[in-house]
Amino acid sequence: MSDSNQSPTLEKEGAVTRFLRATEIDARMLGMIAAMLVIWCVFDLYLRFFGAVGFDSDGLLFGGSFITPRNLWNLLNQTASIAIMSTGMVLLIVLRQLDLSIGSMLSTVAVAMGVLQVYQLAPALGVGHWAIWIIAVIGSLAMGAFMGWFNGMLTAYARIPAFIVTLGGLIAYGGLAWAFIKGETVAPMDSTFELLGGNVPQYSLGPFWSWAVAVIAIAGIIFAIINNRRQRQRFNFPQRPIWAEYFLAAVSSAAVALITWVVSAYPWPFAVIQGWATDHKLAIPAGIENKDGNAVCMAGDQIVHCTTGLIYYTGYSIPFLIAVFVGIAMTFVASRTSFGRHVYAAGGNPEAAELSGINTKWLTVKTFILMGILVGVAAVVSSARLNAATNSLGQLNELYVIAAVVIGGTSLAGGIGTIYGAMLGALLMQSLQSGMTLLNLDSAYRDMVVGTVLVAAVFVDQVYRRRVK
Amino acid sequence: MAKTVAKKPSTKADVPMPTEVVRGTPLVEMQDVSIAFGGIRAVDNASIDLYPGEVVGLLGHNGAGKSTLIKILSGAYHRDAGKILVNGAEVAINNPRDAKALGIETIYQTLALADNVDAAANLYLGRELKTRLGTLDDVAMEDATRKVMFRLNPNFRRFKEPVSKLSGGQRQSVAIARAIHFNARILIMDEPTAALGPQETAQVGDLILQLKAEGIGIFLISHDLHDVFDLADRIVVMKNGKVVGTARTKDVTHDEVLGMIIAGKCPKGAIPGPGAMREVA
Repeated sequence: MSDSNQSPTLEKEGAVTRFLRATEIDARMLGMIAAMLVIWCVFDLYLRFFGAVGFDSDGLLFGGSFITPRNLWNLLNQTASIAIMSTGMVLLIVLRQLDLSIGSMLSTVAVAMGVLQVYQLAPALGVGHWAIWIIAVIGSLAMGAFMGWFNGMLTAYARIPAFIVTLGGLIAYGGLAWAFIKGETVAPMDSTFELLGGNVPQYSLGPFWSWAVAVIAIAGIIFAIINNRRQRQRFNFPQRPIWAEYFLAAVSSAAVALITWVVSAYPWPFAVIQGWATDHKLAIPAGIENKDGNAVCMAGDQIVHCTTGLIYYTGYSIPFLIAVFVGIAMTFVASRTSFGRHVYAAGGNPEAAELSGINTKWLTVKTFILMGILVGVAAVVSSARLNAATNSLGQLNELYVIAAVVIGGTSLAGGIGTIYGAMLGALLMQSLQSGMTLLNLDSAYRDMVVGTVLVAAVFVDQVYRRRVK
Repeated sequence: MAKTVAKKPSTKADVPMPTEVVRGTPLVEMQDVSIAFGGIRAVDNASIDLYPGEVVGLLGHNGAGKSTLIKILSGAYHRDAGKILVNGAEVAINNPRDAKALGIETIYQTLALADNVDAAANLYLGRELKTRLGTLDDVAMEDATRKVMFRLNPNFRRFKEPVSKLSGGQRQSVAIARAIHFNARILIMDEPTAALGPQETAQVGDLILQLKAEGIGIFLISHDLHDVFDLADRIVVMKNGKVVGTARTKDVTHDEVLGMIIAGKCPKGAIPGPGAMREVA
């Protein structure tokens, strides 16, 4: 019974181990962030030197480098839907379950709500009525919850393995979505609903509110650190050294500030500023033309690009904020509620959970319902982003979500996994996709790379875990 | 645990010698309990009882039905027939929650720990402490865990680590802590010393005597005949799902008990049960 994790062993450890122990930072998370930065830098350098330069759908020049406010903003925006769903999948996989049907579910929910908005609510209430988006969002969540409940009941009470139930769901819900609209593109969505997709830069938060959010976030982080320390002091528990507390507060605040600074440096596209000025009858100031500038000004009677002039910045996009909110809420659920505790315990040892008096069947159903609700949220975000509902929405999403979760360190054997890991995993996958798109790599090669990275990531993780043990 | 002692001073005072059994209303009676799994009668008309401050050793081969019988009492299995009485009143035990509500706590042979979470999470699994806001009160749970673990294993420090990282003895301490922390009145110990070294086994023995002195009734399942003879007041031997016989520990010898286990032969000092071999006279 030699069980001391305190000082005696300390001298033998390296500086890195001591540092990680003192700050209680997850080494895997550091590894993932490092991997992501490496990917970003490789893409950035490659694009700088051999860069493919092309034109995007707005007719704007793109490429040249990867680490730009514009690209990172898009990256965060595009990751939102997968990241939102990955948080629910973490809990399911931790509980030794799986949901393969989420892609088809997303499609079904998006299509149903698209049809509801465009063919039912808009004619009944009038196009652009204020209640439409609220009904559509609540409808999405409710429909997702119901479909999740159905999956959960079949798994927990009818005792059909989740793999089979949701494989059936993958096929059947896909068919259901097709039966609704038969391949038609249902568009456009309600104009307020569309904002939830973040594709309208002028309705992002803007620098002022983005910094307001950042200040609140930093205050929240500092409060959490102080509160945690107080609690442990109250009970005389061992605490982190004070320098570690300062270090954690400083690093996380700096990270928040950095992200805020980046998204606040992304200017609206030229045409959007121009349109905004016309709509709001703003005078466009005179200036000197500069093709590389992002601002709008008048050179004679021509509207041109220039360095100083009329300019707006986007700040945080709504999907990103939704994803962050979901991430915080799900982390709270996973670590601060008895539901979350039971999910982890039952995933670690189902029999022990049952013998402890936990109703593991109902626990399974609840976790599937939560997954369904998150699919509802993702359905809102992705159909709003596309400003349309189609059958192809959500296709293959189940696989990307599971890949993100697994790259994020969740064990398929159950019991182990973190919300932030899965969300970082989603960002990592999206970084790869996005970078290879900028490289103009054929989708066939993109798929090959993504698949290889998934397998390699899990292999590296296995090696790491074995060495830690 | 301190509360239990305070509430029942008379019970404690009534236990003069470990071998002498306090009579009155039994804490638990299982009467004619049966359970079958797909045609195999794992427990067949078994009746056992347990008095406050008494240790009853349950003996038998692997597959004799000891663990199954005890799992019926702890709510893990649901009996097909028979009655369970707690303090003389018939009770319905349909799941582990019911059993815990009656003060029946179990230390399973497999320990039944969730390996991926820490000691406090295991201790409070299924009955977590909450703050006023309804969130988990982790510090309060850790505090209580530190106190109860200090009593069982004063050197234990690894409160933040998942129990999979702990040694066999430490894991056993966590399982025991979970069983005794919630003011159990009836304790079921299924091979509590299987994973332990000699020193730790002795510690568990001390703990059993201490709990017994507090008026708790204990069912002790063990393969180790010596352990059972040292700790138990009475022994019950099972064979093929049936009770061979019940005896006071001091009325029988090791060899006689071995005869009960192996051959189902009931000695003079024991009260025969339905599983006892008929003597061909």
